[in-house]
Amino acid sequence: MFGLTKRDSTLLIIVILLTVLAPFILNPFPEGSAMAQFNAGYPDLMQRLVIFGIFAIGFNILFGLTGYLSFGHAAFLGVGSYAAIWMMKLLTMNVVPAIIISVVVAGLFSLLVGWISLRRSGIYFSILTLAFAQMSYSLAYSVLTPITGGETGLQPKVDDPRILDGALAAGQTPRANFFGLEMGTSYELELGNWIFTFNAGYYIAAIVMILAFYLSIRIFRSPFGMMLRAVKSNQQRVNYTGLNAKPYTLAAFVISGMYAGLAGGLLVAMDTQVGAERMFWTASGEVVLMTILGGAGTLIGPVLGAGFIKYMENIVSKINKSVLEQWFAFMPDGIEDFLIAIVYPFIGKGWHLTLGILFMLVVIFLPGGLVEGGQRIGRLFKRKKPSDDAADGKTTPAE
Amino acid sequence: MGILEVKNVGKRFGGLQALGDVNLSIAENSVHAIIGPNGAGKSTLLNCLVGKLIPDTGSVMFDGQSVLGRKPHEINQMGISRVFQTPEIFGDLTVMENMMIPCFAKRDGAFEMNAIASVASQRDIVERAEHMLEDMNMADKRDMHAAALSRGDKRRLEIGMCLSQEPRLLLLDEPTAGMARADTNNTIDLLKQISDERDITIAIIEHDMHVVFSLAERITVLAQGTPLVEDTPDNIKGHPKVREAYLGETQTAA
Repeated sequence: MFGLTKRDSTLLIIVILLTVLAPFILNPFPEGSAMAQFNAGYPDLMQRLVIFGIFAIGFNILFGLTGYLSFGHAAFLGVGSYAAIWMMKLLTMNVVPAIIISVVVAGLFSLLVGWISLRRSGIYFSILTLAFAQMSYSLAYSVLTPITGGETGLQPKVDDPRILDGALAAGQTPRANFFGLEMGTSYELELGNWIFTFNAGYYIAAIVMILAFYLSIRIFRSPFGMMLRAVKSNQQRVNYTGLNAKPYTLAAFVISGMYAGLAGGLLVAMDTQVGAERMFWTASGEVVLMTILGGAGTLIGPVLGAGFIKYMENIVSKINKSVLEQWFAFMPDGIEDFLIAIVYPFIGKGWHLTLGILFMLVVIFLPGGLVEGGQRIGRLFKRKKPSDDAADGKTTPAE
Repeated sequence: MGILEVKNVGKRFGGLQALGDVNLSIAENSVHAIIGPNGAGKSTLLNCLVGKLIPDTGSVMFDGQSVLGRKPHEINQMGISRVFQTPEIFGDLTVMENMMIPCFAKRDGAFEMNAIASVASQRDIVERAEHMLEDMNMADKRDMHAAALSRGDKRRLEIGMCLSQEPRLLLLDEPTAGMARADTNNTIDLLKQISDERDITIAIIEHDMHVVFSLAERITVLAQGTPLVEDTPDNIKGHPKVREAYLGETQTAA
């Protein structure tokens, strides 16, 4: 199907089903129940899940295939975001030009950064990319304030030119749209106690992610992808086989930079504001975590990793002390206080602690990330039921 | 005029004169061995030929063109392939993929942005790589990870990868180092077969005199960075200077 092997087609179909049905999958608990806070099926979070999925898919093309660990990919995301918001201020609130320009600008910027950084490999490459990203972040806050809006950031204003859109009617605010369909438009489906939200912005982002995922499969299976894996495996042999490693790694770097720019443009399309903080180094580190947690070098790993981390960030950080008190209310007082005291550091603002521990556990016990975990579970089932061929290794309990 | 002409090549590392004044001519379609005790400068010389090192003085001409100042991949594309002392293969890739990569390099050159078509759709490359694997007697191992191969098979694969590029000059750096006797003999047979069946020049650096005298048509003896003698294997065996240079080095020298 679409030039893919049967196995890759299956993977693509699984991803399509997961994204299309996400409003159901992410909202398994009825409204008003005690578990409702674990529901993730609201537009803002679902949009982030797929957008950061795109970011991680692109990062994986560089890190997973070539082994070059960039610590500055958030810079491309940020540059893409700024490009997109300027398109919205100057041209039109339609998201299409904004997204296209974000990819182009991020691609050009990554060409420059990659051209310089790829003179070195290993830790020096990582440090160079980190330096570039932090430089971009600082510049956005200081001397580039006229372009970036400095600390306040940028958002579309009523009196922006927007030469394609024409003047807004009195009292109207500029809203991002796709040929008239506003990103914030949602349709709510009520089934008994369950409420499922279908959001226009989410589905546009999801379609883009599916296309991005499909493209990454093609790249992984292409001669170009094989060369990138060769660079990761043995650069010396690459050189002595008559291949020039530099343009291969640079192309991979630019492609992954363009994916980051695409994610940045989509973030703006969904939520029309940009601040420099999305270029901060922790944002660059986050995409590294997503990729490794999900499984670097695997196709679906980065998507799972991104979904997992964004889910944790939004859900675990929402649990607070009163929620814990509710959970443990059935216990005797002393034990209740004790349990709350133990669990408390891991929730709310402490969710980074939970993430850190999970990350350590994954790196130590599952070097292949969540994908390896899924494969192990799959193998477990296969061993028990050798006749059952239906159990494939992709049933990863990530979301 | 040989296919490879080395003239007055010198290389200094700090206070050490690794290569003094090396002149060497390798005739087309011959098997030429370079021997010498440890520290004689054999590997330095080889590195100067493939672009890993740039000599301080002198010239290196391959088929009438200078190789100096060119990058390793450019020199390879001129027709010089190198086999390393420890097999340099793509350990994370399968044997088949290992064999396909040099086929791509031969067809598409140093860089080709072929990012959408699948590898399997490149029929000419697949057929060529399969053919090479059969030539190397490795067709049954095509889906194995290259890192899992035995030492002898890794060497075989590396030689096959170099041959699939149809080089005019094949450089081998101690190809049998650390090998069991049976693997060594297999490698000798393989190299003999390659030399007989193909239009190829082979230059080999070797410690093992058994290998050298089984294969070489000409031998250059290197000592302390300069060529001591160059002659046929029979004349080298009895040469007094060679015996002196190798005294205490190996017992099989004479």
